Amino acid sequence: MSQPVLEAQGLVKTFGPVVGLAGVDIQLFPGEVLAVIGDNGAGKSTLIKCLSGAMVPDSGTIKVDGQVVSFSSTQQAREAGIETVYQTLAVAPALDIASNLFLARERRRKGLLGSVLRMLDTPGMKRDSKKYIDDLGITTLQNISQSVETLSGGQRQAVAVARAAAFGGKVVILDEPTAALGVRETGQVLRLIRGLRERGLAIILISHNMPNVFEVADRILIQRLGHNAGVITPQTHTPAEAVAIMTGAVTLADDGDTSTASG
Amino acid sequence: MMRVAEPETAEEVLGQRNTVGRRVHAVLHRMPALSPLIVLVAACVGFGLANPRFYLAGNLSIVLQQASIVGALAVGQTLVILTAGVDLSIGAVMVLSSLVMAKLVKDSAVPGPIALLIGLAVAVLAGVVNGLLVTRVKLPPFIVTLGTLSIFTAATLIYAQGQTISLPPNTFLTWTGSAIAIGDFHLTVGVIMMLVLYAVFAYALRQTAWGKHLYATGDDPEASRLAGVRTNRVLLSAYIVAGAVIGIGAWILVGRINGADPNAGFNTNLESITAVVIGGTSLFGGRGAVVGSLIGALIVQVFDNGLALAGVDPNYQVLAVGVLVLLAVGADQWIRSVKA
Repeated sequence: MSQPVLEAQGLVKTFGPVVGLAGVDIQLFPGEVLAVIGDNGAGKSTLIKCLSGAMVPDSGTIKVDGQVVSFSSTQQAREAGIETVYQTLAVAPALDIASNLFLARERRRKGLLGSVLRMLDTPGMKRDSKKYIDDLGITTLQNISQSVETLSGGQRQAVAVARAAAFGGKVVILDEPTAALGVRETGQVLRLIRGLRERGLAIILISHNMPNVFEVADRILIQRLGHNAGVITPQTHTPAEAVAIMTGAVTLADDGDTSTASG
Repeated sequence: MMRVAEPETAEEVLGQRNTVGRRVHAVLHRMPALSPLIVLVAACVGFGLANPRFYLAGNLSIVLQQASIVGALAVGQTLVILTAGVDLSIGAVMVLSSLVMAKLVKDSAVPGPIALLIGLAVAVLAGVVNGLLVTRVKLPPFIVTLGTLSIFTAATLIYAQGQTISLPPNTFLTWTGSAIAIGDFHLTVGVIMMLVLYAVFAYALRQTAWGKHLYATGDDPEASRLAGVRTNRVLLSAYIVAGAVIGIGAWILVGRINGADPNAGFNTNLESITAVVIGGTSLFGGRGAVVGSLIGALIVQVFDNGLALAGVDPNYQVLAVGVLVLLAVGADQWIRSVKA
């Protein structure tokens, strides 16, 4: 395989006596969907927070395109091309779709209007918002000037994903994107994820939902008690086996992806 | 597969259920200043019918002049309320600032422009104090400004030593009180300044990133922070900019009363909040328009003036304002309730 776009080695994060991550490795390649699964307390959220700059690991290295990086804020991770779609979606309900897409990344007009009067390029941002949304094949968002609070859960998710896709240069991290959604909306979000992959982005998908994970993921990283319990693929293992590894009923042999479960 | 199509049609059915109530709701949701504007126009028509003298140019210009102080403060108050905060100390800061300006000129013979700058600095500093207590110490704005209200009030009274400062008209500091006469209509510089403040902040809130961030921070601070808005800086800036606006309000006050009075305008703390709320800005933050606060300030003055001209007991004005506040907050509650 090519060089990983995002790679972490030996990540450790403790919270006083509680061990969040006890030496975790992760490799993410361009154009793949890597699902991260694990029971509560397995360290999924902590891992994601370290990768997205929301937390600083105690030790371990993170590399983007082979270069060692250290993020002390989500802003820095974002500048390195890593966008995160939070479970809470991080959209401002009273603002319209276009304003949310460009929130904290507003573009100003050219010339004196922009430089002296700091005037925003509202028409340009609306036009580009429409384009991002169309490019992703999102058909559920028709009116770009609609306020986000008038949207359904799936539509809001689409806004958050579109924002990540529009600005995410390399990696998009999705934290439980389907947790609050109905069947139809879940299907739309999974389609979106495949669309992002086709555009060559690397995606990390955190989910509790086994059918979703097995439907969309290329590889599945299983976390257990702050450790890597192994990496499997939907082709080599069944959801039942994944759950068994996740809960510790079965352990994965040491020789990598293709090994079978034992015990 | 059959089931997949079902919610789609259900949504369409809901979408088509476009009753009058829903349409009114949608319009008010987009333009929160519309309902106060209707109240203002209706009040003007009503009071004009009750007493045609209401429409005299001289009378209308007095209404504007009376609204100029609270109107200016309401600009600063709007900024703070949009962040889901509230500034109870706003009137106290204005009086302190005006006293500093007037006393420097009167007692220390400081040139007017320098006295103005020092007075403005006092108001900005007060904003810094409020803003730091809210953003760094993480105290609720209500409590912070309740405390600073007492502190700034006490500072004013201690500094004034019970004195009222009077300045001659047509000096630099009292320039805001000088009027341009258009027939019987006396447009004071203070009124023009207030209107300019509204124009500037209507622009800044709608057309700049700072304005967007202010709305977003008031709307959902956590979401805004995760999206990359530096919410603490935005909050701090709201209090500091409000401080500068209060300083300009102090200048307008000095021109209007030709000096400074330590006991002037303590009611303006609450009156500025009243104007903002009647103007359709949500106390929960993130919703509203600054022009609504101008309309709110005008409504209060129009009721005051109109009821007096109609020969009604002035206590009814207080009653009417109370009813309007409750109606405005009720309307806001309804406007904020949205369904997908």
